[in-house]
Amino acid sequence: MNGVHDMGGMDGFGKVEPEPNEPMFHTIWEGRVLAMVRAMGAAGAFNIDTSRFYREALPPEVYLTSSYYKKWFLGLEDMLVETGFIARGEVAEGHAQAPAKPLKHGKFTVGDVERIMVRGKFGRAAQAAAKFKPGDRVRARNIHPATHTRLPRYVRGHVGVIERDHGCHVFPDTAATGAGENPQWLYTVVFDGTELWGADADPTSKVSIDAFEPYLEPA
Amino acid sequence: MSGHDHDHHDDHSELSEIELRVRALETVLTEKGYVDAAALDAIVQAYETRIGPHVGARVVAKAWADPDFKRALLADASRAVGALGHFSRVGDHLVAVENTPQRHNMVVCTLCSCYPWEMLGLPPVWYKAAPYRSRAVKDPRGVLKDFGITLPKETEIRVWDSTAETRFLVLPMRPKGTEGWSEDKLAEIVTRDSMIGTGFPLEPGAPS
Repeated sequence: MNGVHDMGGMDGFGKVEPEPNEPMFHTIWEGRVLAMVRAMGAAGAFNIDTSRFYREALPPEVYLTSSYYKKWFLGLEDMLVETGFIARGEVAEGHAQAPAKPLKHGKFTVGDVERIMVRGKFGRAAQAAAKFKPGDRVRARNIHPATHTRLPRYVRGHVGVIERDHGCHVFPDTAATGAGENPQWLYTVVFDGTELWGADADPTSKVSIDAFEPYLEPA
Repeated sequence: MSGHDHDHHDDHSELSEIELRVRALETVLTEKGYVDAAALDAIVQAYETRIGPHVGARVVAKAWADPDFKRALLADASRAVGALGHFSRVGDHLVAVENTPQRHNMVVCTLCSCYPWEMLGLPPVWYKAAPYRSRAVKDPRGVLKDFGITLPKETEIRVWDSTAETRFLVLPMRPKGTEGWSEDKLAEIVTRDSMIGTGFPLEPGAPS
């Protein structure tokens, strides 16, 4: 979706301001939100692409004015309500009121914690031969799906070169909406700064994205 | 803040709206039997105590000290780091990219905040915030200036936008004056930002 989360190339957000000696969490609730998202995801309530889609779908003014963990919380709450794991009223009351819905992988317990400290695996068997190889010139397609995609707006329509082939991965565009893993070839595609940003761009800059094959066409 | 509120401890007499909602959600999830509160405690503790930039710093130090490891790391970072055994928590799809006098690498996630958690821990706020996510791809030299860094004019800047499940670790250049150092000593000068590409390792002899 063409949401405010797709920030690459936007102006007006100001300077980057690193915080000296930044703590891991600024408040206790931030850690609890992180833990709940990780635990409910691992228990099978949702996948990582769905969780990103729910954060992107927050109203633009909420997205832009909420802290990172507040966005995580709001996305989590919406996702669990819409998938029927909780009811909005239960959070308002602070207590469970209806029976639980079964989780794909069951209750998340202490014994599951080590499992989530290793990243998930997203590589999958190829469904078809790769259409591109390193060195090929490709154009990022001018597509504007209304749902989740990992093709940022700033590259659409622009020509780059395939640099690496990462094999086949879960396709976020379908995984996010529950339409299946639909594995696709994944490539690093590198663009010249001037191709993306015009003649005034820094001529020494290059930007790469990791692009799924359906995002690309021969150029 | 009024004048009597000088200490920096949280004032628990008044919980913010978000704190109350987070607590309420956790209560609902535990009452429904979806999660154990103790498991949530363990997750928070793992992120607070076990993972962090010290992990990535060990990998960088080893690459500086051991040319065979460096080659393996640049060829397949997940496999190379996994083979170190005690770093076996690394997942698939880790990519290490090498800074050279000709090329400086910098990592961003314009769409959300993808970051190599297993190598660097949780990302800092600036990495997840709009200024960095918006500008890194369009004006990388300007962003580096915000970090107090100026690269030579002719150095190529390569920005890696983490748009898939691949994760990027920058292998910074080893500072001069560190010849013969042990991996432990080298690891101490590898900063988090140097592994994102928004900083350099500490200079030998500089106060850390």
